[in-house]
Amino acid sequence: LRFAFTEDQLLFQKAVRDLLVKECPPVAVRHAWSSSDARAESSVRWSHLAEMGVVGLLAPAASGGLGQTEVDLVLLVEECGRAALPEPVIETAAVAMPLLAAAGEGRAGAVASVIAGEWPVAVGLIDTGPYVAGAATARLLILQAGDDLHAVEPDDVQIIRVESLDPTRGLGIVTWKPTPVNRLDVPPGAADLAFDRGALASAAFLVGLADRMVELAADYAREREQFGQPIGSFQAVKHLLADALLRIDFARPAVYRAAWSVAQPETPADLRGRDVSMAKAYASDAATRAARVALQVHGAIGCTWEHDLHLWMKRAWALAAAWGDAAWHRRRVGRWLLG
Amino acid sequence: MDLSETGEEAAFRAEARQWLEAHVPAAPLASFDTAAGFEQHRAWEAELFGGRWSAVSWPVEYGGRGADYIKWLIFEEEYWRAGAPGRVNQNGIFLLGPTIMEIGTPKQKARFLPRMAAGTDIWCQGWSEPNAGSDLAGIRSRAVLSDDGEEWILTGQKTWCSRGAFADWLFGIFRTDPAAERHRGLTFILLDLRTPGVTVRPIPQLDGETGFAEVFFEAARVPVTHTLGQVNRGWQVAMATAGFERGVSLRSPARFTTTADRLVELYREHADPDLAGEVVQAWMDAEGYRLHTYLTVSRLLQGGTIGAEASLNKIFWSEMDLRMHETALRLLGPDAERPERSWVDGFLFALSGPIYAGTNEIQRNVIADRVLKLPRGTAP
Repeated sequence: LRFAFTEDQLLFQKAVRDLLVKECPPVAVRHAWSSSDARAESSVRWSHLAEMGVVGLLAPAASGGLGQTEVDLVLLVEECGRAALPEPVIETAAVAMPLLAAAGEGRAGAVASVIAGEWPVAVGLIDTGPYVAGAATARLLILQAGDDLHAVEPDDVQIIRVESLDPTRGLGIVTWKPTPVNRLDVPPGAADLAFDRGALASAAFLVGLADRMVELAADYAREREQFGQPIGSFQAVKHLLADALLRIDFARPAVYRAAWSVAQPETPADLRGRDVSMAKAYASDAATRAARVALQVHGAIGCTWEHDLHLWMKRAWALAAAWGDAAWHRRRVGRWLLG
Repeated sequence: MDLSETGEEAAFRAEARQWLEAHVPAAPLASFDTAAGFEQHRAWEAELFGGRWSAVSWPVEYGGRGADYIKWLIFEEEYWRAGAPGRVNQNGIFLLGPTIMEIGTPKQKARFLPRMAAGTDIWCQGWSEPNAGSDLAGIRSRAVLSDDGEEWILTGQKTWCSRGAFADWLFGIFRTDPAAERHRGLTFILLDLRTPGVTVRPIPQLDGETGFAEVFFEAARVPVTHTLGQVNRGWQVAMATAGFERGVSLRSPARFTTTADRLVELYREHADPDLAGEVVQAWMDAEGYRLHTYLTVSRLLQGGTIGAEASLNKIFWSEMDLRMHETALRLLGPDAERPERSWVDGFLFALSGPIYAGTNEIQRNVIADRVLKLPRGTAP
């Protein structure tokens, strides 16, 4: 038994972190806010992530992917969260990629386009609720009807735009028709697995967001002086931040274990769902707490549009509620635990 | 990453399970905070030692099995699963023992470790004093060298010594250089509680049993060979011990996953849908602590260290344990005031978790200062 990542996995994580520090600074996230119709495929950083193999990580090597697993992916998605990456890495890399790759030869073209970073994908499952993130800018939509999943072209859907607190979410309500042609030929249970992958990746993303918010707040607490000393020297402030860090530190292993459970094909669906739900509940709680604490530590400046903190807070609130909120996931653990 | 057990680990688990099934007493022992219960628990330690299960992570030469951290966790899971008795010598085996192995002299290792593993010597710790609690460096108990330099002469008082009422030996820190700065001038000393000049006064805890003691030293003479580590370096020795304690070994996850399982059973008896969410959270927290521990020990096995992060663990388990017991009391309703219910007794003990081994307020300061690198405040 070994609950640790390999040197290679950690190096890959660091490479993604370094890339995003350069190519996804707060000013870039802010830019994505003001141009929410910007297309992922025209984003340089998205194509760089695709070149590194992040987008196609879960596709088999034979299809041009890296043939890696969710265990590899969560570390990278955590970094995307740390940078508040505007592009749809959860939907595209974690959910659509393995689904399309499992759908057989007929989808080889779509697989290649997704791996290349040309096709950002939106995902609308029954359990993800009425709003489809990134619907208007997606080049392909994975949509659920009953037990079946469908890969639908943008031309075949009607979208009503819905505003989100976080404009990069690009929410839409999608009207469409399932047909035998757009139906994905995937094994039974694929929709549940797709949901678990999305919830897992959003949990990893939330951990990254939370970690960055605590980091921002700690930085601020070291700089900002009141009563002639940095506010970070006051116990009331120290304890707020220590508590926020605690939740992140305990969310992380839950996310890593859930990644392991999803990556093992032999994991029974109920245990996989339990582990993913625990991870998402922990991560949602950790991120909303981190947002709350980071805001409190920043004080009034954190309540302004001008300050960058809300770029992370709003994504955290959005993702904490998406892919099942903490209460939804606790109920799912409860059904497993208490019957 | 591989979260499945190796064949060797599975075999180790099976061996532990088999031994425990054959040896764990059918009826629970009396509380080790009573004189009779203490001796029952000492006998159990000897039985564990007989099977080489009393200190599985110790090297074979001292009666252990040389088990790595993962195997230690596996043993703990089996131990709690079997409902085996509490470990009366945990301060010795989990805290002092590893420190002696690390910095003790060969004579100290030979003198203390085998008797510790066998339960012949049961140890308590002597850190707190009436005026040195969270501010541990405020210790005033003195140790002065005798004229011939052969003995320490101890004066002063220790307090809140868990299991001190019936223990055989005490390890503690004493001030040996009063002129030095607070954290210097302290020395780590091992002493026999039957030494003339040592008086042990039991202190009843919230449950009425004498789980605590205060210990008075009136010119008690201790051989200088019972100094652990260097003279005037006792703070560093104590902090090394505290690292083990807060970090991994004091509270193994199995203790809490067992509590969570019992809480689920209690919920089935008293199903109160309003409390379902709390029960689920309790189960997740116990599991979360287990996962966190496996991640930590995997890092240690790869050569990593545990530092201030240990404080995160301590806060998490102590507050989780208290929450789980509070949920249990809510499920019990009117029975929550009946002390014979094990949950009520457990609640009284869980209350002390955020206090002992360094209060959670001190732990939060440690995290803020050393992990988040916030500026030190004026106090502490």
